[in-house]
Amino acid sequence: MIKAILIFNNHGKPRLSKFYEHYSEDTEQQIIRETFHLVSKRDENVCNFLEGGMLIGGSDYRLIYRHYATLYFVFCVDSSESELGILDLIQVFVETLDKCFENVCELDLIFHVDKVHNILAEMVMGGMVLETNMNEIITQVDSQNKMEKSEAGIAGAPARAVSAVKNMNLPEMPRNINIGDISIKVPNLSSFK
Amino acid sequence: MALKIVKGSIDRMFDKNLQDLVRGIRNHKEDEAKYISTCIDEIKQELKQDNIAVKANAVCKLTYLQMLGYDVSWAAFNIVEVMSSSKFTYKRIGYLAASQCFHESTDVIMLTTNQIRKDLSSPNQYDTGVALTGLSCFVTPDLARDLANDIMTLMSHTKPYIRKKAVLIMYKVFLKYPESLRPAFPRLKEKLEDPDPGVQSAAVNVICELARRNPKNYLSLAPLFFKLMTSSTNNWVLIKIIKLFGALTPLEPRLGKKLIEPLTNLIHSTSAMSLLYECVNTVIAVLISLSSGMPNHSASIQLCVQKLRILIEDSDQNLKYLGLLAMSKILKTHPKSVQSHKDLILQCLDDKDESIRLRALDLLYGMVSKKNLMEIVKKLMLHVDKAEGTTYRDELLTKIIDICSQSNYQYITNFEWYISILVELTRLEGTRHGHLIASQMLDVAIRVKAIRVFAVAQMATLLDNAHLMTGNVQRKGICEVLYAAAWICGEFSEHLDNPMQTLEAMLRPKVATLPGHIQAVYVQNAAKLFATVLKNQEGNTEGTAAQETSQLMIDRLPLFVQSANLEVQERASCILQLVKYIQKLQQKDVEVAEEVNALFAGELNPVAPKAQKKVPVPEGLDLDAWINEPPSESESEDEQPKAIFAKEETKHSRPRHTEVDEKELARRREVRKQEQASNPFYIKASPSSQKVYQEAPGVDHIPVVQIDLSVPLKVPGLPMSDQYVKLEEERRQKDRVDKKKKEKKKRKEKRGGRGKKHDSGPESEEDITPAHMVDIVTEEMPENALPSDDDDKDPNDPHKALDIDLDKPLADSEKLPVRSHRAAEALKSPAEDGDAESAASQEPKKKSSKEKREKKKDKERKKSKDEKKKKKHRHEEKGEDLLGGHADEPVVQSEETSEVAAPPASNTAEVSDLDFWLSNAPVPSNSQEAATLPAAEAASVPETASGTAPDSEPDEPKDTEPEETDKKSSKHKKKKQKKEKEEKEKKKKKKHHHHHRHSDGGAEESVQNGTVEEEEEPLPPMSNYCLLAENSYIKMMMEDADQENDIQGNLQDGSQVVVSVIFENKCDSFLKSMEFNVLDSLNSKLQRAEGSGPHDGLTVPFQLPLGVSNEARFVFTVQSIVMPQKLKGTLTFIVKNEDSSTHEKLDFKLHFTCSSYLITTPCYSDAFAKLLESGDLKCSSVKLERVIMPFHHLLARICFHHHFSVVERVDSCASMYSRSIQGHHVCLLVKTSGQTVTIDAKCDEPTLLGNVLDEIKQTFSQC
Repeated sequence: MIKAILIFNNHGKPRLSKFYEHYSEDTEQQIIRETFHLVSKRDENVCNFLEGGMLIGGSDYRLIYRHYATLYFVFCVDSSESELGILDLIQVFVETLDKCFENVCELDLIFHVDKVHNILAEMVMGGMVLETNMNEIITQVDSQNKMEKSEAGIAGAPARAVSAVKNMNLPEMPRNINIGDISIKVPNLSSFK
Repeated sequence: MALKIVKGSIDRMFDKNLQDLVRGIRNHKEDEAKYISTCIDEIKQELKQDNIAVKANAVCKLTYLQMLGYDVSWAAFNIVEVMSSSKFTYKRIGYLAASQCFHESTDVIMLTTNQIRKDLSSPNQYDTGVALTGLSCFVTPDLARDLANDIMTLMSHTKPYIRKKAVLIMYKVFLKYPESLRPAFPRLKEKLEDPDPGVQSAAVNVICELARRNPKNYLSLAPLFFKLMTSSTNNWVLIKIIKLFGALTPLEPRLGKKLIEPLTNLIHSTSAMSLLYECVNTVIAVLISLSSGMPNHSASIQLCVQKLRILIEDSDQNLKYLGLLAMSKILKTHPKSVQSHKDLILQCLDDKDESIRLRALDLLYGMVSKKNLMEIVKKLMLHVDKAEGTTYRDELLTKIIDICSQSNYQYITNFEWYISILVELTRLEGTRHGHLIASQMLDVAIRVKAIRVFAVAQMATLLDNAHLMTGNVQRKGICEVLYAAAWICGEFSEHLDNPMQTLEAMLRPKVATLPGHIQAVYVQNAAKLFATVLKNQEGNTEGTAAQETSQLMIDRLPLFVQSANLEVQERASCILQLVKYIQKLQQKDVEVAEEVNALFAGELNPVAPKAQKKVPVPEGLDLDAWINEPPSESESEDEQPKAIFAKEETKHSRPRHTEVDEKELARRREVRKQEQASNPFYIKASPSSQKVYQEAPGVDHIPVVQIDLSVPLKVPGLPMSDQYVKLEEERRQKDRVDKKKKEKKKRKEKRGGRGKKHDSGPESEEDITPAHMVDIVTEEMPENALPSDDDDKDPNDPHKALDIDLDKPLADSEKLPVRSHRAAEALKSPAEDGDAESAASQEPKKKSSKEKREKKKDKERKKSKDEKKKKKHRHEEKGEDLLGGHADEPVVQSEETSEVAAPPASNTAEVSDLDFWLSNAPVPSNSQEAATLPAAEAASVPETASGTAPDSEPDEPKDTEPEETDKKSSKHKKKKQKKEKEEKEKKKKKKHHHHHRHSDGGAEESVQNGTVEEEEEPLPPMSNYCLLAENSYIKMMMEDADQENDIQGNLQDGSQVVVSVIFENKCDSFLKSMEFNVLDSLNSKLQRAEGSGPHDGLTVPFQLPLGVSNEARFVFTVQSIVMPQKLKGTLTFIVKNEDSSTHEKLDFKLHFTCSSYLITTPCYSDAFAKLLESGDLKCSSVKLERVIMPFHHLLARICFHHHFSVVERVDSCASMYSRSIQGHHVCLLVKTSGQTVTIDAKCDEPTLLGNVLDEIKQTFSQC
C-alpha cells in the first residue's frame, strides 16, 4: 500500500500532496516538512530509499523518492510494495506528466495541481496501484479532458477568452524551469511497457 | 436560456480561478497569510451563490488551499453540493476536494450515500470512475456497508476501466466492513482470471494485500497464483504474486519446495532487476521455511548469494542497498554463506551513502565469530572516530555494543578488551547512548566475576576523570556512564587499589552538577566505599585515619543534603546522620567497621528483565478485583494528573527501582524455593527452564544532544583496546602451542566453565579459549515462567477483522445488504412475513444498524453451530444426510443472493486440491512448460487416488467426499492422508520382495501422466525399480546387499542424470563403509566429490543395520544421450558380525536406457500439432504383436516406464509426448486394433527415437 504521495520543490514548497490516510492539515504540513528535511539533505548519488520519518509510518514504511531538477517526488509505502517497482512507478508518473503537459515544468504543477491530481488518480487509487501502463493512463486522462471541453461548450468560451487576456497581460510565463532529465536511468523500466 | 448561461459565465470571468489564486499568492510573498485570508473570504462569498460553476471554482481553489495547510472542513457541505452536480467537470472537482479533506468523522459524508450510488450506476463510465476514486479515499463503515453490493455489481461491469477500479476499491470496503469479504470473495477470485490485464492486476493486488495480513486463509489460492506466476508476463503482477508467496511459504513448507524451481528459473531468465530482487527475496523466505535442507537447496542459497553480490557490487546505489537488505535475511538462517562475503560488506562501511552503511552494519551483526570479533570491532571503532554526524555515530555505537553483547556475550573471549572498548566509547562526544554503555558495564561487571578487579580499576579511573565528562554541558548523554562507574566502584569496592582516592573523587563538589539520579548513586556508593575504607583503616590500627575519613564524609555530604533532588537529599541526610553517629563511636574508640560493612553485605544476582512478568498469577488471586471500594467518579478524575506525575517520576529513577525489584524478587524466590523444597509433591524445575534474556535498552528518555566538538577528548590513563588485539593474537598463538603439547600428553583441556555453552561456532572456533576463567551468570527466571512473549498484537488493527475463513460456504445471513423498495415489500404475502422482516432490517437505517449487526452475528453463530452438529451427524450416518443436507444448503431467497452465494462443493474441492497439489512434491518442469503444469495436475486429480494407491483401503472415498472444510476437518484430513501414506508405505515394503513396487518417485510420475480419463479397472502396479545386482550365493549366512536402480534425468542440467539406488540388507549382520564406484566411460562419468580421482569410489552416506533398506542418489554427467549405455560398477562394503568383520564386494551393471533420458513433459494438443507440422522431425514406426492388455494399461505403461505423457486420446488411438533432458522432442501416435499395436513416432534425433522404440518394444515383449 502507498500511504502518501508528495511532490515538493527544492525549497520544500508543496506542489502536490496526496495522503491515503487521514491526517489533520497541521500534521500533513509537518509530514511534508519533515520529509523534505530528510530527503533534501541527501546527496544526489545515494540510494533512493529512506527509512520513514517519525510522523509517517513506523518500521514497515519506507520513503522512496526521486529528484528531478527542481522537484522531489516522494512515495511513502509499506513493505508490500516492491522498492524498485515504485521507483519505476515514479518514472512512469513523471513521463505521463511530461506527455500530458507537453514538456512538463514546475510551473505546470504549480498552476494545474488539479490536473496532476486527475492524472495521479488514474495511476494510484486509494493507495493501491491501479495502472502502470502509460498509454492506458494517457488515453483515460485525454478522454476525460475531452468530455470536460465538450461540457464547457459555448459557456466556456468567454472564460477561455478572459484567461487568454489575463495571460497576455502578465509578464511572459517562464517555461524554462523544466523538470529536467526525465530519462533518468531506471534499472528495469522496460518492465512496464 | 443560453443567454443566461453566457451572462452567468461573464459574471464569472472576473472571479478568480485557481490560476489567479496561485498567481496572487506568488505575487504576495510578503503577506501571504493576509492575502489568503481575503481569498478565503471571497471564496465564502462565491459559495453562497447559486451558480454551480462559481461554487465549483471556489471548491477547486479550496482544494489548493487545503494542500497549503488551511483547514477547509467548513466547506464540506458545499463540496457535497459540487459533487452532486450533473456535469462531469464539476463532479470531478467535487470528488477531488472530498477525497482530499473528507474523513470518517466528517458528518456530511452520510449525505453522500445516495449521490454516490447514483454516480456508480451512471451510464457515463467516467462518472462512475470518479465516484470510485473519490470513495476509495473517504469510505466509511457506513458507506461501505451501504454500497458494498453496488460495488460488487460493478466488478462485473462490461468496461474494464470500471471493473479494475471496482475490484481495487473492494479492499477498502473489506477493511471498513469485514462482513462483506466472504460474499464478495468468489467474484474477486474470478477476477484473477479476467481477460483484461489491468483488472487481473487489480485483483492480484487486492488479494495480496488481504493475504499479507492473514495469509493462512489464502493458502487455498496457491495453485491459482502458481498458475498466474508461470503464465503472467506483467512484471508488476509477478512481483505482487512472488511477494505473496513469500508470505505464504512459512505456513506451508511444501509450497516452498514447489516454488523453488520456477523461481530459480525466473532468477536466471529475467532482465528486470525488480523482479529478480523479489524472486531472490522469496527464495530466501522459502529456504527459511524449509528446515530440512535438501541437497540442491544449498545450490539455491549459493545462487541467491551470488546474485545479491552482483547487486551489491553494482554502481547503482539502490541495488546496492537492496542487496544488503536481502543479504541480511539470508544471514539469519545461513550465516556461513554470507560470511564468505565479509570483504564486500566491510567495503560497504566506507560507502558515502549512510543508508548503505547502516545496512552493512546490520549485516556485520550476524557475521561475527569468536575469531573475528576483535578485528571487526576494531574496524568499527575506526569508523566511530571518522564518522561525522551524531546519528551515524550513535548507530555505530549501538551496533558495536549489540555485536559484542549478542547471545550472552557468546563471542567475547577477553572481557578486559570489552571493558576497554566500553571505556573508549565513553570518549565519544554528544552521544545519547551513555546509558547503554552504562548498562553494559554494569551487566559485565555483575555477571563476569573474573573481570571485576579490572573493571573496578577502570571505573575508578573514569570517576577520577569525571570532570572531563561533566565539564561540557553537551556531554550530558555520556555522563550516564558515571552512574555505572560509581555503582561498580561502590559495590565491588573490596577490589579497589586506592579506595580513599575514589571516595574523594566521588565527593567532589563538581558532582553536584550531575543529574539527580546519578548523584543519588554517588551518595549511596560513597557510603559503601566509606565502609570499605573504614575496614582497611581499622585493620591498620590507624585510628586517626579512620576518623579523618569520617570527617571527610561529614564535610562533603552537606552539599548533597542541600540538593533539590529528593532522592539525593534523602539519601545524603540519612548517610550523614549515620556517619556522624559512627564518628561518635570512633571517638570512643569503638570498632565499627564490621557493623558498617554489614549494611551493605550480600550479593546481587542478575534477574531477567521480564522475570516479574512471567511469574504466574497464583490461583485465587484476582488482579482486576478492587482491594478497596472503588473510588467515585470525581475522585478518579482527580487521580489522573497524579498518575501521570508518578509515571514521569519512575522514568527518571528507573534503574534504581529495578534494583529494588531485583532484591525483592530474589528474596521471594528464596522463600518460594524453600517452600517448594519442603513440599514433597512439588516437581522441581530443571535448570534448563531458566532462560537467558538480553536486556532491551530503552533509549527514549535520554535527551538528544547534537553538538560536535572539534577536538577529540582523551581520557588519560586508560588502556587502549588495540593492545588487546595484539595480546590476544599472541595469547592464541601460545594457546595453540600449549594445546598441542597437552594433546600429546593426551590430557583433556578443560575449558572455562561457562554458564551456557554455545557450540554453534565452527570447530576451529572452539579452540579459542577465553582469556579468563569467565563465569557468565545466567539471569534468573521464576519457576514455571514461560520465556516466550505473549504476542501482543494491536487490537485496533483493522486487518484483524479480516481474518475470515473464506472456504466455508456462504451462509444465508451473510449476503450483502441490498436496497429494496418499500413497494416490493408491501406486495409480499403474509406467509413471507419473516422474510420481509429480515429484508426490512437490512434497509440501511443508521439507528438500528448496530443492533442489526449483532443480530446477524448471533444468527451466524447459531448457524455455524448447527452446521457443526450436522457434520458430526453426517460422519456417523453416512448416506442418511438427506435432512441435514437440505438445511445445509443456502436457501436462495432472492436473485441477489443466488449471485452472491458460492456453491460449497467447489470450495471444498479446492482445499483437497491444494493438499494434493502440494503433496505432489517437486515436479520436474521448466519455465516454458510450467505454465501448463498445474492445469495438467488439476486434471489428473481424479486419477491420482487410484493411480497412487491402486488397492488402497475402502476409506479412500471418504476423503474425496465433499465435506465442510473448516480448519478442523482439513486437519483431520491431513492426518488421515498421512496415515494412508504410512499404510501405503508398509504395503510397499511387503511387495518389495516381488520387485513390484512403487517408489515415491514412480508414484509421482504416474500421477503426472494422468493417462486415463475413465477408469474401467485399476491399473496393475508398476515399478521403475529393477534389480541391479544381488549376491546370495557367496557365504552362507552372509549379508546380501541387493540393489535396485531407477534412473531419471535431472532437468536442471541438460547433461545430468540422477540414479537412485536402494540398498537393502538381506542378511542378519551389520553393513557399513559402503563404497559405490563406477568405471567411467567416455560418455558418462560419475560425479565425485571435489579433489578425488576418477577411480575413487563414492561413500554411501549411511550404514545398514539388519533388515533395513535405504536409498542413495548418485549423479552422472552424460554427454550424448542418443544411445543407451551400460556402466560397470562395484560396491564394496564391510560386513560386521558380533565377532568378526569382512570385506565384501558386489559387481553390477548400470543400464542407462534412452527412456531414462526422457522427462515427462505435458504438452497441449495445439502445441503438439504445431510440432508435428513443423517438419523438423524424423519419422519411424514399430509394430507390437499380441499385446493382451486394455488400451489404457498400455498407455499407462508407456507413460510410466518411458516417461511420456498423453496429449490426446480418442478411442483406441492416442498421441503422446515427451522431451529428452537435452531438449529433443519425441512424439508418439499409438493405435491399437485387436492385439496389434502400432506406434508411429517422430523425433528430431533419429538414433534416439530408434532406441526408445526398441525399449518400448522390449517393455511389452516382457509381459
